[in-house]
Amino acid sequence: MAAVKFEQAMARLEAIVGELEKSDLPLDESLKIFEEGIRLSKNCLKILEEAEHKIEVLVQDKNGKKRIHAYSSDDAADEPSS
Amino acid sequence: MTVSELTGLLRTSIEQQFSDIWLEGELSNLRAPGSGHIYCTLKDKASQIRAVLFRSTAVRLRFALQEGLQVIVRGRLTVYEPRGEYQIVLDTVEPKGIGALQLAYEQLKERLATEGLFDQDRKKSVPAFPRTVGVVTSLTGAAIRDILAVLRRRWPTLHILIAPVQVQGESAGRQIAEALIALNSLGSVDVIIVGRGGGSLEDLWSFNEEIVVRAIAASHVPVVSAVGHEIDVTLADFVADLRAPTPSAAAEAVVPVLGEIVERLRELKVRLGQVMLRHCAFERQRLDAGIRGVTDVRFRLQEEAQRTDEMVDRLREMVQLLLATGRERVHGVRRNLSGLNPILAVKQGLATVPQLSKRLEGQMGVMLAQHRHRILATLAQLNTLSPLAILGRGYSILQTVPTGRILHRANDVGVGQELKAQLASGRLSCTVTQVFNDSSV
Repeated sequence: MAAVKFEQAMARLEAIVGELEKSDLPLDESLKIFEEGIRLSKNCLKILEEAEHKIEVLVQDKNGKKRIHAYSSDDAADEPSS
Repeated sequence: MTVSELTGLLRTSIEQQFSDIWLEGELSNLRAPGSGHIYCTLKDKASQIRAVLFRSTAVRLRFALQEGLQVIVRGRLTVYEPRGEYQIVLDTVEPKGIGALQLAYEQLKERLATEGLFDQDRKKSVPAFPRTVGVVTSLTGAAIRDILAVLRRRWPTLHILIAPVQVQGESAGRQIAEALIALNSLGSVDVIIVGRGGGSLEDLWSFNEEIVVRAIAASHVPVVSAVGHEIDVTLADFVADLRAPTPSAAAEAVVPVLGEIVERLRELKVRLGQVMLRHCAFERQRLDAGIRGVTDVRFRLQEEAQRTDEMVDRLREMVQLLLATGRERVHGVRRNLSGLNPILAVKQGLATVPQLSKRLEGQMGVMLAQHRHRILATLAQLNTLSPLAILGRGYSILQTVPTGRILHRANDVGVGQELKAQLASGRLSCTVTQVFNDSSV
């Protein structure tokens, strides 16, 4: 799931920054995780930028088949008021 | 009159007189055979009456009948002719003190709690960054408007999937349960908000239904409940992975503010760069220090070489000084030695010898003269005492031959003894011819 991937990436990124800030890593090790961190931060931003805003409605038609259609304020009118 | 006729008359009479009565009592002897009818006894301290709850009425009961429950019932009296017993056919059963819904709620809550459906360790954690949020609620209520507004404001690029349901009424519970199952089956939903706006206990009742509670418990996708207002707590709230007091709060709970996350990401990226730069600078410093160290060593080596040269020079000087001193000392010794040279002594001695011999000779001359004088004097003395001097006056000395014994008496020798006679000048050899003993001459 994308959400989990993003969460893990963020957590890993935080961990990398924390680890680097402790600065007891040898230089080559630091460079390695630094590169990983840069890659992660780019990926995370990309995921955020790529996400597309959409609101959909999951409905069941008369045959009992489920379908998804875009949400519009008309949908509210379709439903009997509760 | 037959028994049947009497029973028939009683039945008609009782049914007419007690066609609609309210009764209060305690439930006991509960029996629910396969038919679906429920039989029990209602009693108070002194009396009891049989009661029956036919299946059509029993299924409408919202709570479970329990032994000992104080109830208020409404019904009609009748007579069960085969046994000649009168009984009350129940129409309505209400628990005394609390409402039926309340009791049903308490009963179901207890049962599901015993099953462990509300246990904390069953609860799934709600993802921090959902991409798709499912919403199970009515499309017409205030809840959906609130939820959509908050979600859009916090995370404008969120994918929202609404599963519209009725949130009250007969079929609401089933619809809510089916919507949960449908959203789960999609596989792309990260978290589900299920709820509705505020209302009475009856309005919220669907969220206390067992079918809803079990659907929430069975959901693989974490479920956030948002039913009514803060004071309303439904069983859906107990079983949900997270309970939000209101629909708006549920929306706030499921998504962070996108701007804040972007900001945090940027900040992390900046910190990443800064910390790496610092690290590199630090390593650079260490490298510089290392290079300086090497230079220092070279410099020190040069210094050491110089010092060594100096030392060698000083050593050489010292050796020369030592040699010079030594030479000086040797000269001194030699000088001293030459003063002690025996040849010189010999020479000196040799020089003194003639002197000494001269002195010795002089001394010796004196001594010799003295000795000669003394010897001459002694000799003169000796001369007067010497027998030879006596012999000079005409005497001679006789000695036996060959023993040389000087003869003093004639009897000492016999006739024929050879004798030697010493005279003052020369000697004679004589033989004894006659011995005379008389001393007179």
